[in-house]
Amino acid sequence: MTRTKRLVVVGGGMVAQRLVEALRDRDTGGTWSVDVFTEESRPPYDRVALTTFFSGRDPDDLLLGDAGLWHQDGVRLHTNSRVRAVDTESRQVHVRGRVYDYDALVLATGSSAFVPPVPGADLPGSFVYRTVDDVAELRAWVEHRSAEHDRPVRGAVVGGGLLGLEAAGALQAMGVGTTVVELAPRLMALQVDEGGGEALRRLITGLGIDVRTSTATAALRSGRHGRLARMDLDGGKLPVDVVVFAAGVRPRDELAREAGLEVGERGGVVVDDHCRASAPDVYAVGEVACVHGRCWGLVGPGNTMAEVVVDRLLGGTATFPGADTSTKLKLLGVDVASFGEVVAGPGSLEVVYADPVAGVYKKLVVSDDAQTLLGGVLVGDASAYASLRPMVGGALGADPTSWLLPAGSAPAPSGDLPDEAGVCSCNNVTAGTIRAAVTEHGCTDLAEVKACSRAGTSCGSCLPLVKTLMTTELERAGVAVSNALCEHFDVSRAQLFDIVRVAGLRTFTEVVERHGRGKGCDICRPVVASILASLGQGHVLDADQARLQDTNDHVMANLQKDGSYSVVPRVPGGEITPEGLLVIGQVAQDFGLYTKITGGQRIDLFGARVEQLPAIWQRLVDAGFESGHAYGKAVRTVKSCVGQTWCRYGVQDSVGLAVALELRYRGLRAPHKIKLGVSGCARECAEARSKDVGVIATENGWNLYVGGNGGFTPRHARLLAEDLDTDTLVRTVDRFLMYYVRTADRLQRTAPWVDAVEGGLDGVRAVVLEDSLGIAADLDAAMAAHVAGYEDEWAATLRDPEKLARFVSFVNAPDTPDPSLAYVLERGQRRPATEQERDGGVLVAGPTLEVRS
Amino acid sequence: MKVVDVDRLVPERGVAVLVDGHQVAVFLVDGAVYAVSHRDPFSGAHVMARGIVGSSGDRVTVASPMYKQVFDLASGACLTEPDVRLPVWRARIEEGAVHVDLVPVLEPA
Repeated sequence: MTRTKRLVVVGGGMVAQRLVEALRDRDTGGTWSVDVFTEESRPPYDRVALTTFFSGRDPDDLLLGDAGLWHQDGVRLHTNSRVRAVDTESRQVHVRGRVYDYDALVLATGSSAFVPPVPGADLPGSFVYRTVDDVAELRAWVEHRSAEHDRPVRGAVVGGGLLGLEAAGALQAMGVGTTVVELAPRLMALQVDEGGGEALRRLITGLGIDVRTSTATAALRSGRHGRLARMDLDGGKLPVDVVVFAAGVRPRDELAREAGLEVGERGGVVVDDHCRASAPDVYAVGEVACVHGRCWGLVGPGNTMAEVVVDRLLGGTATFPGADTSTKLKLLGVDVASFGEVVAGPGSLEVVYADPVAGVYKKLVVSDDAQTLLGGVLVGDASAYASLRPMVGGALGADPTSWLLPAGSAPAPSGDLPDEAGVCSCNNVTAGTIRAAVTEHGCTDLAEVKACSRAGTSCGSCLPLVKTLMTTELERAGVAVSNALCEHFDVSRAQLFDIVRVAGLRTFTEVVERHGRGKGCDICRPVVASILASLGQGHVLDADQARLQDTNDHVMANLQKDGSYSVVPRVPGGEITPEGLLVIGQVAQDFGLYTKITGGQRIDLFGARVEQLPAIWQRLVDAGFESGHAYGKAVRTVKSCVGQTWCRYGVQDSVGLAVALELRYRGLRAPHKIKLGVSGCARECAEARSKDVGVIATENGWNLYVGGNGGFTPRHARLLAEDLDTDTLVRTVDRFLMYYVRTADRLQRTAPWVDAVEGGLDGVRAVVLEDSLGIAADLDAAMAAHVAGYEDEWAATLRDPEKLARFVSFVNAPDTPDPSLAYVLERGQRRPATEQERDGGVLVAGPTLEVRS
Repeated sequence: MKVVDVDRLVPERGVAVLVDGHQVAVFLVDGAVYAVSHRDPFSGAHVMARGIVGSSGDRVTVASPMYKQVFDLASGACLTEPDVRLPVWRARIEEGAVHVDLVPVLEPA
């Protein structure tokens, strides 16, 4: 076997992340190991979304992709690690007094904010807008100044481009009276034409941001405390407490210069079409790379370069094809977009629609026969951007004016894009790739298409178009965007729920005979089982239903990789007595179970065999425990902090509420698992906002958040209602959960469900708080029936000899354990033996070792 | 060899049996009995009897409870990954009891 080659990446931005992702995806033979050095203190994050950090406040929300990337074998991320020097002769980099060898080196050092050489630019109060740390410092500064003054803080942004307007929006959001100072005669001079710039100025001014164009910044002056106090402009003075420089960026090419690599006239590491710099096995990607004579300050081209380099490293011949510089920005609700050519030249025409009252300016640049789209500018309403941008260079397929008229006044043309048209410019995904996700990879919803093609996973602006393409392709494939559950049912889960509910069906046989065909399958059977359970139609292991239950529900425990199960007793609100702990501990010890604390404040007992489950549960039920439904698509836990009862900061009894909620909703089966959380104050120690239903105490009651999600697609829950008293809170949660149970798709968690409800979160609010559909009483009654009908399904099973008889390993040898189970000890507990351990004769204990009873 | 009385089987819900030390999954569907290996070829765990019975077109199927691959109960063929097969054993009902013999069935009866 050949030795693993070493790749060193200098810089830890978005493009470095993409490079490592692509390498790990494609280097299936493990040819390369990679070391990434970043001077920042965190893994790569979404710099494009930096402004959202002002509202989100948690820098971790900006992290990109799968955090597991940095823990894979052969990938090392060195944070706080600035590379001091590169030696292309000896092929080494110097970092914090250590030397690392490389077989290939990628410079992905990005850019730094350009601060114009004006006097006073280094005064306290002067900032740039580039990293999470910049933003955090800026915010802290503004908060301190706000606290000092009884007037609003005054600020200015130098630079009226894309980044400058983002920064101005951020300042304004913090309550700073903001002026944008731009040297050019219009805002966003690189992206929009004069008409667009004027429309933009009106819109921005209308938001209360002052705009001064054709204005140079002469100097910054300090006041009494030595802090920034005033800006001198040509043509006046401006009192300011804070200034943000957003006047462009400069490539971070200093390492390359010192290493003797060729750099461009205006900076940047000169690379060829293959992203190769002027020394062997050295590459540059992203904003620091000067390719085709220029640096590209957008993430899309950077990602393309990353893919090119990965291809080269693996022996391919990819080249950098140039890139799309289209942009779309949303600043405090103002849409601005530009793509392709923004001004007509010889042989082209401009078609303009302007509505100064509404603040809308739209222009298309088309060929002189008005057939081919060359580019455009959209200000005030950029809804056509996602459809238009991929058509640049192609046929418009409709009268150009139909694209420009306000939404609703004419049917929007649905462009039939060529396969090679780029749809997602952040990740370079073409229409053809999105279609292939449906036709070749069998994706049937937006989430699958996103995961498969990467389209729409960075800025998301192309998602409407991605969805249109997907729907068209599904319809064409005859899937007819059918809501069909599977080959046995033509209806969706929500429709099936209504059918079963209204018709009062009680068995799978009735349901499939009247509304489906065949025997069902592993998709529709658990769906029907779940619907029947949600409607309280008997025990999950009753004869008709027993054959419908999925993996875990089949024996009411969680299947593990070796075929054994884990057991989780309910611990409402995470509150447990010492006696309860002793019981669980004793059961685990007696049955030799591995124990681990769960994220939902419970205790999971692993390694139970099917035939042991009744005996384990008999002990637990006798001690007062009941099923935790950890095995079901059902309400799981209500996590809580200790709250007002003990905590110095708590303002409400969070544990009391959590226990009450968990006892109310226990056993409720749903399209997917449901988790809740209750925090006793705004410090949010229960992490309620990561839950499907999150409750956070206020001085006046409870704030209710919904649609939070951990898992594969983490989402913060969003505010549904504020300062509710406990009764109103419970009623609102009742309705929210029941509405979800009735209308969500199979395996659709609350976050995507809220998005899919007509009107989104507002729509959900209207239904559960204002009863806009007139179903609130029905939802209330359904929840009341659930609460009244609840019975611990494990206790019920233990009372029923017929159900108990099914908990055997082998029907003809009921007490013989599965002979294939094998365990080894690790950190004082047992775990399943690996294949190597079984093969290699490392001591492996059989299934019954350690079992005392 | 006789493994279990038919009336102990719940239709469309499998059971595991031991036949000469081999773990076999037995299913009763529409009055017919099927016997396949209890070992899930994808995970290596002995769990097939706990899978969901269903149909795909005319074929009677079982889905592995571990990673949900679907197998034709009569032939053992995996419908999602054609290279994989579940061993199928000869099974019959005689005098109210299910008999399973470790005789491989290569083609559907």
